[in-house]
Amino acid sequence: MEILVATAIGFMTAAGVYLTLRKRTFAVVLGMTLLSYATNLFLFVTGRLVIDQPPILQKGVESYTDPLPQALVLTAIVISFGMTAVVVMMALGAFLEGGDDHVDLPATDRREPRPRPAQDEGAR
Amino acid sequence: MNHWLVAPVVLPAFVGPLIVLGMRHDLVLQRVASVAATAAQLAIAIWLMTQAAGGEVQVNRLGNWAAPFGIVLMLDRLAALMLVLTGVLALVVQLYAIGSGWDRKGWHFHALWQFQLMGINGAFLTGDAFNLFVFFEILLIASYGLMIHGGGEMRLRAGVQYIVYNLAGSSLFLAALGTIYAVTGTLNMADLSVRVAQMPAGDTALLRVGAVLLMLVFAVKAALVPLHFWLPSTYARAPGPVAALFAIMTKVGVYGIIRFFMLVFPADSAIERFAADILLPAALITLIVGQLGILGSRHLGRIAAFAALGSVGTLMIAIAQFRLPGLAAGIWYMIHSTLAAGALFLVVDLIGSRRQGGSLWLRPMPPIAQGGIVAALFFAAAIGIAGLPPLSGFPGKLAILQATRYSADTLLIWTTILVTTLLAIYGLSRAGSMVFWRAYEHGTDPARLDHSHDAQRPLPPKVEPDEPVQDVADAASPALALTAAGALVAGMVLLTVLAGPVMDYAQATARQLADPMPYIEAVLVRQEGTK
Repeated sequence: MEILVATAIGFMTAAGVYLTLRKRTFAVVLGMTLLSYATNLFLFVTGRLVIDQPPILQKGVESYTDPLPQALVLTAIVISFGMTAVVVMMALGAFLEGGDDHVDLPATDRREPRPRPAQDEGAR
Repeated sequence: MNHWLVAPVVLPAFVGPLIVLGMRHDLVLQRVASVAATAAQLAIAIWLMTQAAGGEVQVNRLGNWAAPFGIVLMLDRLAALMLVLTGVLALVVQLYAIGSGWDRKGWHFHALWQFQLMGINGAFLTGDAFNLFVFFEILLIASYGLMIHGGGEMRLRAGVQYIVYNLAGSSLFLAALGTIYAVTGTLNMADLSVRVAQMPAGDTALLRVGAVLLMLVFAVKAALVPLHFWLPSTYARAPGPVAALFAIMTKVGVYGIIRFFMLVFPADSAIERFAADILLPAALITLIVGQLGILGSRHLGRIAAFAALGSVGTLMIAIAQFRLPGLAAGIWYMIHSTLAAGALFLVVDLIGSRRQGGSLWLRPMPPIAQGGIVAALFFAAAIGIAGLPPLSGFPGKLAILQATRYSADTLLIWTTILVTTLLAIYGLSRAGSMVFWRAYEHGTDPARLDHSHDAQRPLPPKVEPDEPVQDVADAASPALALTAAGALVAGMVLLTVLAGPVMDYAQATARQLADPMPYIEAVLVRQEGTK
């Protein structure tokens, strides 16, 4: 089971990193989502993998599963969910304002855009 | 147990929603509530500082749970100093935002501002690693909203990059915390410190991975090279007052590095040595990249952003060795660097709001309104950030040079700091003379305008506004904006005048950081009356 979970986390991280490095915002958003899934799963298994064990103290029970990572992962899921919503809205805003969905900034971020040539009155 | 510790977190957490829910349609009411809340936070921060200055570490156990299980808020000299610094910067910059009319260019500015402060204050106060992550996310999500305040294509595009970069950083943060928890079984910082110290040296491989991941996360926040790529475009495109407030956000990353590597990972352990060996070159290159960026930029906002980057580099050089004199100098420089970067961003925004089309590109344009005062402020802010006398950058850099005098790489550090200071002076004076002195070359000075050649003279090129146009006329009160920008410069003067007492405090802070035992005892030992 450890091997299965570990490879799943690894595959998701790899796919997430690949997608995050793409040029279009949609792929990047998907990549961030996969990355956060992988991280959440990783966080979940930091309490060790155990099956059928209670997380809460009970009489007559010897072994437990660690409840803390489960609490942490709940927080992390909520936060990453909210963050995904924010990044989708921002990407949509940038797409609607800028007309394309490229993640990289155009050269006009660093260099002044060329001024529009003044209209020649005499030619008309 | 000191209950005042929750106030810097709870107050903005109440005022923020109150502004969203109850004052959505009344800007004046929003302004009053928000400024009052920020001022109250500053007052509480100063009150807390007077308590922390004595050297006793204050604890607040949330819900009164016993320490390694419940979340604790901690107040020591460093946390108190950062709270006061945040309060001062936030109050002044908020007044600027009101004076310049930035807060009415979009919705919810003041609510986001309060949430941002809640995140920053919480990050400085918390004594729990996972809680630190949560406060990081609070300050980040508020900063996403503030960053794109006012809208505009380039700002939104830069915003997407900023958010993606920081989301990746957040994933790393979680992975780091998971790794550390898997090894040690705790996330309370004081408890971590104890357990890490007890760990046999052979078993620390995973822990070291966690420590390096954690350092990467804080380096992303602090914008250390090679993780700085998000900073220049973000800061250059963010609204001026927001960029000025972000000056404290890079310090949150620096604070995280100081806190973890002074408290959690023990002195002279393999982890700390490894971190120090990476941090120093990274800091030196950050400084070089920052100051070269000032020289290479054609946009005033980017110049300010690179100047801020350079000041983070200088700061990290001082801190990188985790040794006493450097740490004290670094803490002192941190105050200066926050004020100087904030002042520079505000002055750049003052210039932008007065130029045609809000353009910040470096080229001759018609002279701006109140050019004399703005030029004087730019001059002062540039002197401050470059580190020339008489402002506080000079004693700050001097203290750093002095602190690194006996390190192994003195020659390298001194050469880098001194040469890059020269670069910064050159870059900033070039920018200033282009903006203020070559203003008349645009052909608009009535005294020099030659009407006989009007027929041949090409019309001045039309400027496409790349920012939503902001006019002086639009500002609520230009005088308030000027005063606020001036207040940060005055802060640098004050810091220079009070250099001695502040340095004493910085040294006391560094000594407290170097001896984590009282901190650990305050959390873990003195636990009477907890559940």
